[in-house]
Amino acid sequence: MEVAGEVLASEFQLHVLAVDDSHVDRKVIEKLLKISSCKVTTVESGARALQFLGLDEEKGSLGFNGLKVNLIMTDYSMPGMTGYELLKKIKRSSAFREIPVVIMSSENILTRIDSCLEEGAEEFLVKPVKLSDVKRVMNDCIMRGETEGNNRRRVDKRKFEDDNHASSSSSSSSSIPSSPSSPLPSSPSTAATSSPLHSLKRAKLRDHN
Amino acid sequence: MERNPMRRQLAIMRQSLFDQGHVDEQFVQLEELQDDANPNFVEEVVTLYYRDSARIILNIEQALERKPFDFRKLDAYMHQFKGSSSSIGAKKVKAESTLFREYCKSGNGEGCMRSFQQLKKEYATLRKKLGAYFQLARQAGPVETASRPK
Repeated sequence: MEVAGEVLASEFQLHVLAVDDSHVDRKVIEKLLKISSCKVTTVESGARALQFLGLDEEKGSLGFNGLKVNLIMTDYSMPGMTGYELLKKIKRSSAFREIPVVIMSSENILTRIDSCLEEGAEEFLVKPVKLSDVKRVMNDCIMRGETEGNNRRRVDKRKFEDDNHASSSSSSSSSIPSSPSSPLPSSPSTAATSSPLHSLKRAKLRDHN
Repeated sequence: MERNPMRRQLAIMRQSLFDQGHVDEQFVQLEELQDDANPNFVEEVVTLYYRDSARIILNIEQALERKPFDFRKLDAYMHQFKGSSSSIGAKKVKAESTLFREYCKSGNGEGCMRSFQQLKKEYATLRKKLGAYFQLARQAGPVETASRPK
């Protein structure tokens, strides 16, 4: 895992967009990400995040914002647009649904975790977020091939996961359909937007409780 | 001026912050983010915390002057305050915030007021202690590694 991080740092950096209404938390997450060799942009709200991405509803078209965003980390409880609402907007946008979204929340509520994962969140981190959490998220991102123009490995990994998990009917193409899949008998309902890693992550989160 | 006695005193002060339950593991997490480029990172975060949370404290105070209490609003403010307190590792302040929120949920106005008084005390005590600690840290000069509490 360390090796992957070192290789990444020397070639390119993940650009992370961090969204949190708390100034203190923005400062901390920025430091955590910089220490993990990421480029960081912090914004204070979901609306600002969408503006930065170029998904500005007022403008209606994609704006140019320079650096491509490889990962979004957002707080759940924010005034105005919650992290959950931001997640939904991103996952329902054809331009940005591929960007992994991580939710951070001080409240470890199972139904909340489930809804976020079902809407396509990669991970749900309980605050306060630690360096080990950030490093794990980074490694997952790298493993998923969320680096500039590298989507091949992600498809392969999904195929591998499909063999081992009785999860949703994910296709082998990289585009994710946004319609919900029918619930499976053995596992809790999984939307087609979730990756096969979700059932594993959900189990991990439950154990953590 | 010799650094060693200062560093020793600094270590003692730091240990007592943990022993007396003022700060928790999150404080250590912040310390581990300090480096040569950002030797005063923890102090910066704490300063930011006291600046930002002053506003929330004021909001809660004003809300507690309006009867009947708007418990939903009080809880929302305290949720915010608790979040920041948790982010800097303010253990006692965080615990008091949790208590306050429980009083909000059960609609216990008296409990809220008592708990808020206690919270403000802890908040002020922590500020004094951390203030003294950071002042000494600046005088003692940069420390190479953060040591974990035993």
